[in-house]
Amino acid sequence: METTTQPKKSRYMNPYIGGVLLGLVLLAANFIAGRGLGASGAVKSVVVATTQTVAPSYAEKTKYFKEYKEEHSGSPLKNWLVFQMLGVIVGGFASGPLAGRLKFKVEHSPKITSKRRLLFALLGGIFFGVGSQLGRGCTSGSALSGMAVISFGGIITMMAIFGGAYALAWFFRRNWI
Amino acid sequence: MGPLAVNDIISSNTNFFLAFVIGIGFGFVLEQCGFSSSRKLAGLFYGYDMVVLKVFFTGGVTAMLGLLFFSLFGWVDLNLVYINPTFLTSAIVGGLIMGAGFIMGGFCPGTSFCGAAIGKIDAMIFIVGLFIGVYFFAFGYPMFETLYKSGAMGSPKISTMLDLSDGVFALILVAVALGMFYVSEWVEKKFPREEY
Repeated sequence: METTTQPKKSRYMNPYIGGVLLGLVLLAANFIAGRGLGASGAVKSVVVATTQTVAPSYAEKTKYFKEYKEEHSGSPLKNWLVFQMLGVIVGGFASGPLAGRLKFKVEHSPKITSKRRLLFALLGGIFFGVGSQLGRGCTSGSALSGMAVISFGGIITMMAIFGGAYALAWFFRRNWI
Repeated sequence: MGPLAVNDIISSNTNFFLAFVIGIGFGFVLEQCGFSSSRKLAGLFYGYDMVVLKVFFTGGVTAMLGLLFFSLFGWVDLNLVYINPTFLTSAIVGGLIMGAGFIMGGFCPGTSFCGAAIGKIDAMIFIVGLFIGVYFFAFGYPMFETLYKSGAMGSPKISTMLDLSDGVFALILVAVALGMFYVSEWVEKKFPREEY
């Protein structure tokens, strides 16, 4: 494989080719499992599983967990998205070294400190966690997979995610540019 | 024929195994496209890197057209494919909250796992936040429940709502995507660009 040290040369895949490959993966998911891709659903499964294990009596009588149990049979970890997300970690880990990107680091703009970057990463994660529950899926499960099946809700969620981020971009510009 | 799992052509365990394989493809493609980098992802919102839009819409359009053709060839029964339900108010509010999370955190859930897989510590912290957020929602569910269930509309397709056939809507979406790709290429030339 060709290795290049030129900083300006892109070491990423052409985005349109990448997009077609992503589309084929999503098509395969729909053809095989009859459903799209997702990420936040796997987090939800882990949250339900840990709560049921650590505090079973609390999970028994709390509405959120009761509703989950009514909608899903079997162990919350024996879930399509949980297996798929384990694959995502393996796939990402396999791809990184091909382009020399496998290393521990906090990535941030030189204008801000690592600490500030991590604080905002934590806040962003919390917001995304809450929002993905209301949106019944995140950028993958609701927006991308919703677009593939022309779901009204999916496309609305997609517009709200990107619209919301654009609307707030000015306020957080110092973190990025 | 398809969907294979729904039609019991493959067993549930085979389906889980294939979920893992599909996940590998998903994670690999995301990482190859640069979705493991928050600075690349955030470029979308400042115009210096439009990779998210290009990959996202190419992917969505490819899968949509694929499903329509598969259905036309009789390879997949679209009535058996899961269509995300619409709870309009909840979808809009949830989407806006996710948008705020995106601009602050620089990741979305799928990309954060991808970033964490190659050692991005900011992505790992984002995942910690994700768990806190979902626990918060679960424990505070009584507070969110009314909003969560508001605006229920079933699982409509946007084509049905606009009174168009799926094919015509798909054509419109392809045209919109091509227009956005054109604008993206133009925008990237306008703003200084760096590789991360």
